Amino acid sequence: MEAKEIYGKLERKFAGKVSGFQGDVMDPNLRVDPQAVVEVCRYLRDEPDLKFEILSDLTGLDLPKENKIQVVYHIYSYSHRHQIVLKVDLPRENPQLSTMEGVWKVANWLEREAFDLFGIVFEGHTDLRRILLPEDWVGHPLRKDYVEQEEYDGISTQRAPLVEKLLR
Amino acid sequence: MQPLLNSLPETVFTTKVDDLLNWGRKSSQWYMLFGLACCAIELMQTGGPRADVDRFGCVPRATPRQSDLMIVAGTLTYKMAKRTKLLYDQMPDPKYVISMGSCANCGGLFQLAYSVCKGVDKIIPVDVYVPGCPPRPEALTEGLMRIQEKMMRERWLVRQPAAAEAPVGA
Amino acid sequence: MSDPVHAESEAFHTEDMTISMGPQHPSTHGVLRFIVKTDGEVMREAIPDVGYLHRSIEKIGEKVTWHGYVPYTDRADYLAAMFTNQAFCMAAEKLAGVEVTRRGEFCRVIACELNRIASHLIAVGSVGQDIGAVTPFIHALRERETVNNLMEEICGARLTYNYIRIGGVGYDITPETCGRISEFLDHFELIVDEYNRLLSYNKIFIERLANIAVITREDAFQYNIVGPNLRASGVKWDIRRDIPYSVYPELEFDIPVGTGEKGTLGDCYDRYIVRIREMQESCRILHQCLKMLPKGPAIAKVARKFKPPAGEIYVRVEAPRGDMGFYVVSDGSEYAYRVRIRTGSFTAMSLINKISRGLMVADLIALIASLDVDAPEIDR
Repeated sequence: MEAKEIYGKLERKFAGKVSGFQGDVMDPNLRVDPQAVVEVCRYLRDEPDLKFEILSDLTGLDLPKENKIQVVYHIYSYSHRHQIVLKVDLPRENPQLSTMEGVWKVANWLEREAFDLFGIVFEGHTDLRRILLPEDWVGHPLRKDYVEQEEYDGISTQRAPLVEKLLR
Repeated sequence: MQPLLNSLPETVFTTKVDDLLNWGRKSSQWYMLFGLACCAIELMQTGGPRADVDRFGCVPRATPRQSDLMIVAGTLTYKMAKRTKLLYDQMPDPKYVISMGSCANCGGLFQLAYSVCKGVDKIIPVDVYVPGCPPRPEALTEGLMRIQEKMMRERWLVRQPAAAEAPVGA
Repeated sequence: MSDPVHAESEAFHTEDMTISMGPQHPSTHGVLRFIVKTDGEVMREAIPDVGYLHRSIEKIGEKVTWHGYVPYTDRADYLAAMFTNQAFCMAAEKLAGVEVTRRGEFCRVIACELNRIASHLIAVGSVGQDIGAVTPFIHALRERETVNNLMEEICGARLTYNYIRIGGVGYDITPETCGRISEFLDHFELIVDEYNRLLSYNKIFIERLANIAVITREDAFQYNIVGPNLRASGVKWDIRRDIPYSVYPELEFDIPVGTGEKGTLGDCYDRYIVRIREMQESCRILHQCLKMLPKGPAIAKVARKFKPPAGEIYVRVEAPRGDMGFYVVSDGSEYAYRVRIRTGSFTAMSLINKISRGLMVADLIALIASLDVDAPEIDR
């Protein structure tokens, strides 16, 4: 199914909650409202001629110039061989979103990683804690304004001067 | 003495006790499998059929209690640093550490990273540094030879200076 | 009079144990930790604890140039370094509209399939080693030494290659190297029989692996299990066939699928035997590529200061551990804006807690070995 038809179906069912379809780029994507994203995904998974069984990827994208953090979902269908990209815009100060764990169970670990690296809080998640960094780490590193801490656990984080010059 | 020495059979040889002890230690360096990252694969290949370190007596051990050499092969992150120190403390004396690869020497190409410890010598004392990314098996074997030379230079039967013999708890 | 044995068991009180299968362990899978809650030998829960090799490869993508990032992708999965290189270079080429030369595409496929053989050798060997059969692992290392020699002839490095560059490949493959690859393939196809004699049809090996940790088709979809693990559960899905890239549409190869021949469909034995068969298919692909290798330049002309226009793309390649996805966002400058690496091992780890309830501790080891997870893919 073409991306435009998928968007057409979603627009008819969830009028006002989906918008911003970009069809002429390499990966067609559309914007979804934060409150409606779970029911949109459940519809995408269960509807017979859409049948998106797989959540390929769930990640964050920090856009400080537009003062928002985007959560990007790449979903794919094995039966129909089509893909769509959903984007959800969240405010940068306090990004919160409902969890996708009820729709695709893989979202459990993917959301933990997004929380660890970006600071996005997923409401309703069964076990939201850091996964890749130590438990007592301060800050969310993949944000563009992240500042490293001076030392961790007694080990200094200072680099050689030549390397400091390479860091932008 | 000369006529007596000439008549000794060929199965008798004379040496120093220190050299004999050190020869025994250097020919059985049991290393702990502490492979963290890419260098671990080259460590396994060094123990493999072509560049075999078993002919030098180096046998891999899984536990620090039975090993006297720790080859830190790979990148050390801050999350792993505490466990590395714990494992080093669990090894019995005399113990040696080889830092294998650029990441263990100084952080390697991950010095730009926020979660990587810039060198394992910030946590434990290192005896031999083996450069490379990853080092070839021949390079790691050279590192083991250097540890062997270091072992041969140690002296065990000489009385240590008094300062080192201060009683525990005083 | 009450039965003394039963009277004793009424007052007998047992507790669960919490064991930490710590980050340092004698296995090839890297630094992983499991917090295992057991009732004697049977597990109640096995909670994975990852992050001991988190080297922030994704953040470094924002600090180095496009060409300079290719060695970092090597380290994102060092056992399958060619595939991560290829995925990133494909993403950069699609963003900038660069067309790869035909000889470059064939060189890429040759290098990638050799790397697939090397990676599956470690996977197959470590299934044996983790269960207790140490000798087949040494046999696998012996074959891998020959592949390492071939890789060294092609690109100069044994493990982290930095061979596939934006626009093609870094160095050309000479006819002498093609001859040596041919000789290796003739020798290797017989060696697979050696693994079958040592391991695959060995009664003890089958009993340790069959009917253990079955992953059903529904679980595989819900947890996004990819690669040989998915094919072992009966789903015939391979990116090379279904979302084709490079020159794979012109090559002929089968896709081995698990059939539950020694136990249930989707158990540990299926995951192991699918990898053995995939090595044989890779040999077939390599024979065809060596015959079809065209003449021409190995790399297209690409600017040194590579600045693709603003945009984003999601690229998939079929790596030995499954579908590896690279989501690359560019903002038009000479540094990438965001690089996201989505690997098969990360999602496979998330399934372990559910599958391992009721298994014994030794079966957990067999499960991790058969899933072929490795730490750099999980932690990046």
